[in-house]
Amino acid sequence: MASLTIFPSSSAFIKKDVSLSAFSSQPSFYVKSSKKRVCKKIASVMAPQQSERKPSTTGSVKTGLTLTEKILARASEKTQLVPGENVWVNVDILMTHDVCGPGAFGIFKKEFGENAKVWDREKVVIIPDHYIFTTDERANRNVDILRDFCTEQNIKYFYDIKDLGNFKANPDYKGVCHVALAQEGHCRPGEVLLGTDSHTCTAGAFGQFATGIGNTDAGFVLGTGKLLLKVPPTLRFVMDGEMPDYLLAKDLILQIIGEISVAGATYKAMEFVGTTVESLTMEERMTLCNMVVEAGGKNGVVPADNTTYKYLEEKTNLPYEPVYSDGQARFLQEYKFDVSKLEPLVAKPHSPDNRALARECKDVKIDRVYIGSCTGGKTEDFMAAAKVFLASGKKVKVPTFLVPATQKVWMDVYSLPVPGSGGKTCSQIFEEAGCDTPASPSCGACLGGPRDTYARMNEPQVCVSTTNRNFPGRMGHKEGQVYLASPYTAAASALTGFVTDPREFLQ
Amino acid sequence: MAAAAATTFSELSAFKLVSSRPNSSSLTVFSSLKLPSATNSPNYSFKALKSQLNPQRHHRITSPLRSTTTTPDAASTVTTFHGLCYVVGDNIDTDQIIPAEYLTLVPSNPVEYEKLGSYALIGLPSSYETRFIDPGEIKSKYSIVIGGDNFGCGSSREHAPVALGASGVAAVVAESYARIFFRNSVATGEVYPVESEGRLCKECKTGDVVTIELGESDSKLINHTSGKEYKLKPIGDAGPVIKAGGIFAYARKTGMIPSR
Repeated sequence: MASLTIFPSSSAFIKKDVSLSAFSSQPSFYVKSSKKRVCKKIASVMAPQQSERKPSTTGSVKTGLTLTEKILARASEKTQLVPGENVWVNVDILMTHDVCGPGAFGIFKKEFGENAKVWDREKVVIIPDHYIFTTDERANRNVDILRDFCTEQNIKYFYDIKDLGNFKANPDYKGVCHVALAQEGHCRPGEVLLGTDSHTCTAGAFGQFATGIGNTDAGFVLGTGKLLLKVPPTLRFVMDGEMPDYLLAKDLILQIIGEISVAGATYKAMEFVGTTVESLTMEERMTLCNMVVEAGGKNGVVPADNTTYKYLEEKTNLPYEPVYSDGQARFLQEYKFDVSKLEPLVAKPHSPDNRALARECKDVKIDRVYIGSCTGGKTEDFMAAAKVFLASGKKVKVPTFLVPATQKVWMDVYSLPVPGSGGKTCSQIFEEAGCDTPASPSCGACLGGPRDTYARMNEPQVCVSTTNRNFPGRMGHKEGQVYLASPYTAAASALTGFVTDPREFLQ
Repeated sequence: MAAAAATTFSELSAFKLVSSRPNSSSLTVFSSLKLPSATNSPNYSFKALKSQLNPQRHHRITSPLRSTTTTPDAASTVTTFHGLCYVVGDNIDTDQIIPAEYLTLVPSNPVEYEKLGSYALIGLPSSYETRFIDPGEIKSKYSIVIGGDNFGCGSSREHAPVALGASGVAAVVAESYARIFFRNSVATGEVYPVESEGRLCKECKTGDVVTIELGESDSKLINHTSGKEYKLKPIGDAGPVIKAGGIFAYARKTGMIPSR
């Protein structure tokens, strides 16, 4: 090899410090024109050779890799790769659910044959969660289709549900796929996890590469255990400072999305580091990575550490090998946040990047509150909401819907004591506050769903929600207005009947 | 005139048959309509595809303007789309393209595939006074959708490009795409995702007659109603996958999976 020309095929690797230490009160700041200009194409060009240059005896020049690049390099059995490269990647886990599973299976059979078998019956995890507690016949049929396929293929992990009238009568049923994947130990550092759902990026909280794909790609993975993926450049988000006790990870990600816009991370990886991130629990890290897709991101990652290992201790027997960004790794851009300066946020209708301070929306009258989903329906999310209700001691002023993400979350809500409450459980606190009874675990009304879905917005109302998207019609009604918020902010808003900064109750 | 219409009809039905087939191999036909080349997958014969499709489809086509044809050019391969365009704005998310309540329809099921098409873009707010599909109709008269930034953002649901394709859309021309939607469009072959150089959603109006020409070296959109032409971006990395006929055909061609 006489010469080595390096062409960064995507953008220039600009390491830029954008310090955001003071958060101004301007709502939704983003410069539309700049978001496209972030990537500048720079092709490095070799000067003509003057004399013959012998190849290096120590092998090809290696550059530092980011966490995401390392995972993809290992999964594609390459020692080096650069962002923009398309590589065939070995998949460790493929997840699908009731909405996309049937379509993916249809394609799998069409392409690989009626008698084809999945590439590895232990690496396919099938989790019905989207349209479960409904009388919609097609929705119910889709769960049956999942069951037929799992039986035929002898799929090891199928979290089935048959008795729709009583979720507890289904020992295998879990609920929301992304929370179930984590709780069942399917998320492991360094691995590649693909799912037929945009919020598959949630699993990046475990230091793995996790992203959403469609039915056709999933059908391909089912047969081969591989997929062609483009290596994304990485945006680095450094969050330092002690997390104020009125802020949650949801506020952090809303801050970021408001900063870079809904397309600010398109085709890019988002890496979250810093002392604040290190202080987050696994569930909080999941919330952070969950909404990476709302910024257009391909995947999100939080480097694995003791918090990760501890969480995984009882959950998985499979060995895993975490990876970390090299010191000389090249990041496309770096953003720095002093978390102590941030305030509770909302994303106003109708976009997740329509950021505003919660306190500046205090005149917005609301009709309902929804606490649930993969984003804001985990155990800690309910504990957070309970904390606010406890601090207030009053009753909610609007219907407040609670939808635990999984069976385990539901049980936690009914059994775990809330600190400072004298032994009360979340469910007791919710009941005293006048909230609706916690519902059967599923995705629920986060995405509207069939007409009879619990808490679906069937009228044009204003809702504060701990979910992830608020585009027109997201929760059902096209003229519905959804304010995305943290569980603290959602609970505070339920208590006043207006969008409310949780410091009204927490300080 | 009748003869010409008949010719147009059969050419159109050729392409329309392609886009109505709910799987990625539809693109193989698309590429096979160009001049034969060594790279075309030999595994799907056009006749085989035709026979699998619902013959009812032919009756839906009401006007030659809705047609999209691929016209092989003697000098180079040029892919052409032609028809009425429907213009939308920025950040058209998957819930607007196909609201979640319709996701119980399974795209690989031919009957449900058609139903999905009938709901395409039904989630657009009422500020869009001209609807994408006329009341009572199940197909759209617009075969090209022109959008702004971040088209297809939101969910990974493949139902989104499928619904558009099933409704009659042959190509989308957007300023930029959300990645999963773009991937799904390429993988399924349901709609050809074209990137514009500028904000065509401001230059074109719903109902304009447009032609898209995708050439080897340059691509353009011609708006016949306004008389203006616009440059389009090359397809980029997805090109070989589209040319091969979708992810499965590409994988077979490159030896990743065995041929059938």
